[in-house]
Amino acid sequence: MTAVIELRDVRKTYPGKHGTEFTAVDGVSLTVAEGTVLGVVGHSGAGKSTLLRLVNHLEVPTAGRVLVGGRDLTALDERGRRAVRRSVGMVFQHVNLFRSRTVLGNVAYPLRLAGTPRAEARRRALEVLRFVGLEDRARHWPEQLSGGQRQRVGVARALATSPKVLLCDEATSALDPQTTREVLELLRRVNTELGITIVLITHEMDVVRFLCDQVAVMSEGRVVENGEVYEVFARPRHPVTKVFVRSALGDPPEGEALERLRGRHPGRLVTVPVTRDAPGAAHLSRLLREHRVDFTIAHAGVGEVRDAALGSVTLELRGAEGDVDAFVAALDAVRTTAKAVVNAG
Amino acid sequence: MQADWSTFWPKVVDATGETVYMVLVTLALSAVLGMAVGLTLYATRKGGVLPNRLVFAVLNTLVNVVRPVPFVIAIVALSPVTRGVVGTMIGTDAAVFPMVVVATFGVARIVETNLLSVESGVIEAARSMGAGPLRILLTVLVPEALGPLVLGFTFMLVALIDFSAVAGTVGGGGVGNLAMTYGYLRFDTSVMVVAVAVLIALVQLAQLLGNALARKVLRR
Ligand SMILES: Nc1ncnc2c1ncn2[C@@H]1O[C@H](COP(=O)(O)OP(=O)(O)OP(=O)(O)O)[C@@H](O)[C@H]1O
Ligand SMILES: [Mg+2]
Repeated sequence: MTAVIELRDVRKTYPGKHGTEFTAVDGVSLTVAEGTVLGVVGHSGAGKSTLLRLVNHLEVPTAGRVLVGGRDLTALDERGRRAVRRSVGMVFQHVNLFRSRTVLGNVAYPLRLAGTPRAEARRRALEVLRFVGLEDRARHWPEQLSGGQRQRVGVARALATSPKVLLCDEATSALDPQTTREVLELLRRVNTELGITIVLITHEMDVVRFLCDQVAVMSEGRVVENGEVYEVFARPRHPVTKVFVRSALGDPPEGEALERLRGRHPGRLVTVPVTRDAPGAAHLSRLLREHRVDFTIAHAGVGEVRDAALGSVTLELRGAEGDVDAFVAALDAVRTTAKAVVNAG
Repeated sequence: MQADWSTFWPKVVDATGETVYMVLVTLALSAVLGMAVGLTLYATRKGGVLPNRLVFAVLNTLVNVVRPVPFVIAIVALSPVTRGVVGTMIGTDAAVFPMVVVATFGVARIVETNLLSVESGVIEAARSMGAGPLRILLTVLVPEALGPLVLGFTFMLVALIDFSAVAGTVGGGGVGNLAMTYGYLRFDTSVMVVAVAVLIALVQLAQLLGNALARKVLRR
């Protein structure tokens, strides 16, 4: 796999008050493979937008190098950077459509910038609008569209010049869940059908687990965790990552929550992790049958991450004492990556 | 002495024509010049699309010096320059010169303020598509701010009708001059009334056209 985007020890500082410096991006190295989707998460002010703007050189790095499609942007002059920006699309939280132009005019604008003749620009704009399902809105003005439609026009405009890379800065943060879905589905098609590499910033882990292959977690200008999405969700290491993962999947019951469960479920409680590499539900039900153990589900926190289940199920076990012990032992024996937790009591 | 209305009406028509001429010529010239100065002010300010401290400071100071000067004073103060440029200090063309000077800086400020009110997001979007500063100014900022710009120009147009009347009273042509020579110097109230009525009609017409155009641009 070839890297489309490569950041090498990139730093960006802004002049602060009284001659001090503020470091917004602090020594970030990152590669994004062609045709993949990278999600960047982090708390407000972590430097996510700055990082994204470094990729298409809307910001020039203070130190380090930025390579897009193998070309070192750091070595280019402003004219060269403009040419690179035409090969990288960008989508914004507030869409930023031109109110003085129609939907068609908005989508055709980057083409006209790139010197495409009017008729050709129009043809291509209509083609992209068809891709986002808004061909019939070509003559409308931006204010005549819904929020979701507007963002789809934003995506169409970013795709008009057939870029290799699409950058999305919180493209769905201003949308309701329904329209968020609409835009996410579109971005997924952009990736799978057009093969475009996407880097997207988001606050929502739901967006990451739906769309991303890779996730980078930022905190105070640094990338503190970076890896394949399922891996990061299954085994978050950095405290910030844990907060984000928890927000998406919920925790296995612990402490007070476990006490409350126990009040309702007097039997033995076992929390079984659900991961893509753990034996599935069929295996579980076979073990239960073999050991003549009955169960009820006391708690379940399972979500889908990149088309695989992840989370945990807490079962209340019922049966003879010895059977339950044997069942738990058998359960543990096959689990190498994630042990079941027996909530004794 | 009462004016002879049969010979007077053609004078009213002529004077109105002169006023319209002065106003339109001034508007055309000051629109072009003011637009250039306004765009430059906007572009060269700190954090603008083409920052340049010196250019901004010079233009900004110039605007701040010219703008507060009352128009009557400006006519007198500029009269030596007027004579140099136009060749004379009286008549319609002589009135146009100080009007253009003052209006240019007024338009410049109007242009600058309205461009500043354009959301930074659309500029960022254009930059992300690879647009350079000049392209951003002409194909993003001006079109995005066109509605308020039209209203600003309308405001300027109304002010110019006022300026033209003032210029008329101190030697320029037009309705102001008519009111001065016939109405004021010959104590003819009816001429005064006609002159005022013409001015009011012109202002109304300008405002009406401006509003209609702005509504069309703003699509409401
Ligand atoms: N042009 C600038 N001048 C000075 N400081 C800046 C500039 N741009 C960003 N910063 C600072 O850099 C830090 C990171 O900003 P950035 O916008 O990248 O954060 P973010 O992670 O995108 O936050 P959010 O989630 O709120 O959008 C912030 O503290 C911000 O104040
Ligand atoms: Mg941001």
